[in-house]
Amino acid sequence: MMNFDELARSPGEWLRGTGPESDVVVSSRIRLARNIVNFPFTNRASAMQRGELEQLIRERFTKSDWGFEFNYLTVHTLSPVDREFLRERQLLSRELAGTEGPRGVAFEVQETRSVMVNEEDHLRLQVLRSGFQLDEAWQDIDGLDDKVEERITYAFSDEFGYLTACPTNVGTGMRASVMLHLPALQFTKQLEKVFRALQKINLAVRGLYGEGTRASGDFYQISNQVTLGKDEGTILKEIREVIPQIIHYEREARKALMQQYQPLVQDKVSRAYGTLKAATMMSADEMMDLLSTVRLGIALEMIDDLTIPLLNMLFLQTQPSHLIKLTGRSLTNEEHNVERATYLRHKLGELSNKN
Amino acid sequence: MKPCQSCGQPSTVHLCHPASGQEPYELHLCTPCAEKQNLLVGKELQISAIVQIMITKFGGETAEKLSRLTCPSCGLHYTEFRSQGRLGCPHDYEAFRTGLMPLLERIHRKTVHIGKRPRQRPKATPADVLELRKQLSEAIHQEAYERAAQLRDLIRQKETNG
Repeated sequence: MMNFDELARSPGEWLRGTGPESDVVVSSRIRLARNIVNFPFTNRASAMQRGELEQLIRERFTKSDWGFEFNYLTVHTLSPVDREFLRERQLLSRELAGTEGPRGVAFEVQETRSVMVNEEDHLRLQVLRSGFQLDEAWQDIDGLDDKVEERITYAFSDEFGYLTACPTNVGTGMRASVMLHLPALQFTKQLEKVFRALQKINLAVRGLYGEGTRASGDFYQISNQVTLGKDEGTILKEIREVIPQIIHYEREARKALMQQYQPLVQDKVSRAYGTLKAATMMSADEMMDLLSTVRLGIALEMIDDLTIPLLNMLFLQTQPSHLIKLTGRSLTNEEHNVERATYLRHKLGELSNKN
Repeated sequence: MKPCQSCGQPSTVHLCHPASGQEPYELHLCTPCAEKQNLLVGKELQISAIVQIMITKFGGETAEKLSRLTCPSCGLHYTEFRSQGRLGCPHDYEAFRTGLMPLLERIHRKTVHIGKRPRQRPKATPADVLELRKQLSEAIHQEAYERAAQLRDLIRQKETNG
């Protein structure tokens, strides 16, 4: 059995904060939707069929050599806190964390490669990498897909490709997304323009935790919408070509901010950092805003004792279920806000003492 | 700001779907109207409701004929697919072909897969396994558990050996 408390102390791959272009790009993610031949899709499968599927897939994942170590968890036997904990780390989708019935998740110790079982599709393969690393993510997931395919027969049609429960995923079954931090474009009110341009070339823009979530802390996910009639290479190329342009716009906007509003930005950054270090109660929303401002401050070299990897750590560990893990007890809303502020004060205080 | 297409108040929810050779499909609603149509629940967009709008909008004019379609494998009615936005099994792509083609064209602007293909192809003939599955669910329904266990083992055997 794996140790969640130990896991809680590490950042997980997507928040490592070290990859290419990490001043703007937080992480790159690719997922593949796959289904198993001769079974109805998850939503149409009976409880018994879901159980049978979960068991079959679990056996394939735990009883064969993958060339790397997979943790496999039966999600339906986990407590709600543990499920939320995995969701905060992006190892579970909201759907898989919330629904009932037999389901599972397999993931590598480093949390780069993972597989969700009995999501909307029987299998959702996922690769998360820090920074702008779409090609590397594709190599990872292509290899993982080959390995799964050696063990499980996929539902596939020559005409429609990989068959999925929702026709929006059919074909490659691939959704590739890049998470960007765009505070300067937001501040200079140029985001709308960028997003309109993206929609014209059929790319979708979403908030931090994917489908249907609002943009929090100026984090945005850019992903492909089309999955049919374009091969994986072409889809990735289209995203890969547009991201450097957005990175360029964001950096230009940051430069412009520094030229035109330097004192104002400096004040905003200092106040945000000061609040994080001093507050005794803090909501998750407020923290997201403050961390976003401080993250910008680090990129603009206004803060020199805090790094992006450390900032990412703070962000993850102050998510509700991570806080519960760290404090070791259940918390009310108000206690969450107290514990969050205490944790931030403590961690950032340690940092000042070191210098 | 565009007015809500339902009540005329200022709109806050905007859906736009570009359609080739036509005016893009646009929907503008205020928050209460979007909530009324289940597009928005607890401040979050409901993707399945959006898909449903697109299916209704772009499902083609043969809706009457389509509504009578049922998948022989999983028993899903086309109308259920329309209301839920999710297919029931891989065979639905054949069973609902007439309704799906225009929808795929709208979503992806293409209807034929290009890209990765599995090296391995289905071994067991789907038809006989599906028949066994049908018998299995009947057996369970009739509480004939001994028969159900036999069928389950037979299915498993077929799926592992091909």
